[in-house]
Amino acid sequence: MDAVFKALADRSRRQLLDRLHQENGQTLGELCRRLEMTRQAVSKHLAILEAANLVATVRRGREKLHYLNPVPIHEISERWIGKYERHRLQALAALRKGLEEEER
Amino acid sequence: MTKPSFVYVTYIRTSPEKLWRALTDGSLTRQYWAGRHVESDWTVGAPVTFWFDGKMSDSGKVLECDPPRRLSYSFHVEFVEALRSEPPSRVAFEIEKLDAQVKLTVTHDEFEPGSQVFAAISGGWPVILSALKSLLETGRSIFPNSAAAHRAKAEA
Repeated sequence: MDAVFKALADRSRRQLLDRLHQENGQTLGELCRRLEMTRQAVSKHLAILEAANLVATVRRGREKLHYLNPVPIHEISERWIGKYERHRLQALAALRKGLEEEER
Repeated sequence: MTKPSFVYVTYIRTSPEKLWRALTDGSLTRQYWAGRHVESDWTVGAPVTFWFDGKMSDSGKVLECDPPRRLSYSFHVEFVEALRSEPPSRVAFEIEKLDAQVKLTVTHDEFEPGSQVFAAISGGWPVILSALKSLLETGRSIFPNSAAAHRAKAEA
C-alpha cells in the first residue's frame, strides 16, 4: 500500500492516470503527445505507476499498451469505507457535482 | 487485433491451483462474485453459466482452458433485460506464479461500439477482484450476509 500512496503523491503521475481514465490502453507515444513532459519523464513515471500496480500493461504486437488498474485504489477504499457508507458518499458526490454544475 | 477494453491486475498470496479453483468452482465464486455461482465442465466449447438466486444471470462458452494458467470464455448478460440483446463479450484470466504470489490479469474485450454492458461492468471487476483476493488470503467472504452465502451455510 505504501507504493500506491507514493505513486499517487505526484501531480504528473496523477495526470497520467487521468489520461488513462479518459482513454484506456494507450502507448507511451500517445501518452507523451498530450503531455508537456519528456518521453523519459513519462516513461519513468509509468514505471513507478506499474510497480505500484496502478497501471497494467499488455503487449499487442510491437506495442505496449497502458491501462489504468483501479484494483489497488479499490482495496484502499475497502479498507476504510464500508459498503453502507459508500451509498451515502455516492449520494454526497452526486449532490456536489449537481450543485457545482448549476453554478457554472 | 483489437485492443482490450479493460485490463485488471491483482497480486494474490496463493497458489495458481487454488486461484484456478476459485475461478472455476461455483461454491467459491458465490463467495466473492456478487453471490454468483458459476457452472461449467471447463472444456473448450462447453457452456458456462452464472446463477444468482436460482436465476441465470450470465452465460457463455469456454474459449480457452489451460489449467492453472489461462482461462477464457465468452460472456453474455442474461439477467438485465436491457443488456440481453447485446452480443457476447470476452473475458480472459491469466495466472502467473511469482515467488509466493500469483499475478492475476483479467482482460475483458470484444464489446460492440457503445456497449451498455461495457458501462455496466466497468465498476464491477475491481470489486470482484478485491473480494477474490481477500477470500484467498484470509478465507473470509465479503458477502457473509448474501442470500447465497446463507444457502451455502444451510447446505453445509
